[in-house]
Amino acid sequence: MKMKVIELETDVIVVGGGTAGPMAAVKAKERNPKLRVMLLEKANVKRSGAISMGMDGLNNAVVPGHATPEQYTKEITIANDGIVNQKTVYAYAEHSFTTIQELDRWGVKFEKDETGDYAMRKVHHIGTYVLPMPEGHHMKKVLYRQLKRARVEITNRVVATRVLLDSKGQVAGLLGFDCRTAEFVIVRAKAVILCCGAAGRIGLPNSGYLFGTYENPTNAGDGYSMAFHAGAELSNLECFQINPLIKDYNGPACAYVTGPFGGYTANAKGDRFIECDYWSGQMMQEFYNELQSGNGPVFLKLDHLAEETIQTIEHILHTNERPSRGRFHEGRGTNYRNGMIEMHISEIGFCSGHSASGVYVNERAETTVPGLYAAGDMANVPHNYMLGAFTYGWFAGTNAADYCANYDGGSVDQSRIDAEIARVAAPLDRNGGLPPNQVEYKLRRMVNDYLQPPKATRKMKLALDRFAEISEDISNISAENPHELMRAMEVQMIHDCARMAAHASLYREESRWGLYHNRVDFPQRNDAEWFTHCHLRKDGEDGMASFKKPVEPYLFPLDDDEKTAYQRLRVVAPVQTAKA
Amino acid sequence: MPLALNRSSVPVTVDEDKCIAQKGCTVCVDVCPLDVLAIDMAKGKAYMKFDECWYCMPCEQDCPTGAVHVDIPYLLR
Repeated sequence: MKMKVIELETDVIVVGGGTAGPMAAVKAKERNPKLRVMLLEKANVKRSGAISMGMDGLNNAVVPGHATPEQYTKEITIANDGIVNQKTVYAYAEHSFTTIQELDRWGVKFEKDETGDYAMRKVHHIGTYVLPMPEGHHMKKVLYRQLKRARVEITNRVVATRVLLDSKGQVAGLLGFDCRTAEFVIVRAKAVILCCGAAGRIGLPNSGYLFGTYENPTNAGDGYSMAFHAGAELSNLECFQINPLIKDYNGPACAYVTGPFGGYTANAKGDRFIECDYWSGQMMQEFYNELQSGNGPVFLKLDHLAEETIQTIEHILHTNERPSRGRFHEGRGTNYRNGMIEMHISEIGFCSGHSASGVYVNERAETTVPGLYAAGDMANVPHNYMLGAFTYGWFAGTNAADYCANYDGGSVDQSRIDAEIARVAAPLDRNGGLPPNQVEYKLRRMVNDYLQPPKATRKMKLALDRFAEISEDISNISAENPHELMRAMEVQMIHDCARMAAHASLYREESRWGLYHNRVDFPQRNDAEWFTHCHLRKDGEDGMASFKKPVEPYLFPLDDDEKTAYQRLRVVAPVQTAKA
Repeated sequence: MPLALNRSSVPVTVDEDKCIAQKGCTVCVDVCPLDVLAIDMAKGKAYMKFDECWYCMPCEQDCPTGAVHVDIPYLLR
């Protein structure tokens, strides 16, 4: 079947209308109102992305009087075992309060105290960075209003598949298809900003339900795959995302919300076993150890709190971010008041919002490909969360607009476009091939079997063997309709991410970041050889190359006693004193 | 390749007495991040076409007549 082709043209195209994307589009337009700015979304920008139902708070707000950009940069450096580009973290931290004020002007409601100051809470190990948003369910409406006001052109239900490059190796546009009509879409553009979220569908949730993931499952790793095929460098992918979640429901419990109210993570005895519930690799390692021990499993403990406190927590947790949480508890007959809530660890993924695995960007949100920008969960600025997505979206929009002013395009090889049309059309042309959901299930089950930490060398090599076999299966997938075609293309993106996860994990021959990169056959952290970023990029038609990239000189050197703060997370047992 | 048809219990249900899709409403279909809802043209009612749900709830929240209900998918319940 020949796909109908639609050709569009714009100046800046933003891919992904979740969190970073709308900010990038609005800021590009504000920077230069004459530019044509298109926001492309595979779902609908009104309810897309990780915050489709809003967010319950800011996890990393750097608010004057409560924290400083220097202090925040140091804390994130420590929480990441030293492997960070401090320049990118500091750029976020310095701009953090400006972003908050802008969101405040736009109508986002933050919690304030009786004096009108932001009601900051402490969750991190050292500093105070959490700002609750009990009415944060209106987030997407606020963003949509700004998109309309800025006259950003919105294109919904188009799945981007490849970044188009020109003869100079710079961005020339974007290729994709409409998941309702299966029309092929070519968008010529000077700059592309990828805001495609985390790679949330690499691993399989314990429930076995393909879409019961921690991340919004539309975030299948599209951005990682597109950046990889465009030749961009990806950074520290072996630092997986693994989160502590409500078992089976697979959503956040959530320590950031309940912690400041007195809730905490406990073992089966109801005892606290970690000093700090802030999500870090070291915290996840302790969580994993407790799960595996006789003290397991692990629970969220709230049943010691007062009725009105629990009502406040329920109001926040059951109306924001993942509101179906309440319905899950109801079905199980569990209630925060009279028992602890069982927790478990999530499937693996890539996400820089929560860990540090992402497409490399500098402090200007530029990737290593000219004209290609990235922001949000997929862009490598560690622990960036929602506020970091907004802030780097802002940087990407502003800088992409400036880039367009000096744009000098090369020629585009039509055969590249034709090859992509043929690749996308193939599953529609095939009859009676494998269904995408079966191939996806098998692929992600293999990811769990071989890549879920603790990581063993031989297992990861077996993973690559299995992935190579599944690559054959992928070329035998058929799609009966445009919707299935979307799933078929996503399987290929997940496959790219699974291969990258194995490849990157094999390259770093040490253990680091607690559970995220716990290599059982290289159990020690080895700063002499591996105090470095590890980057990965495409090598030839189908290969992957990994290489070391030195950690940039620190802006703020760490004190010796700070360096190990996140390695002492286990609660120390009280010393038994002999009775007199 | 021979294929089977498997049954699947779906988490999103639509009260057809309340649903006004026959009047042109497509709100739930529009807002679903995973594009799993559709309108049955013969009946003029919305329904869950693909069992690929994140139980995120925009379809229920944004429905103007309260016709849509999201359950936790069976495998997770």
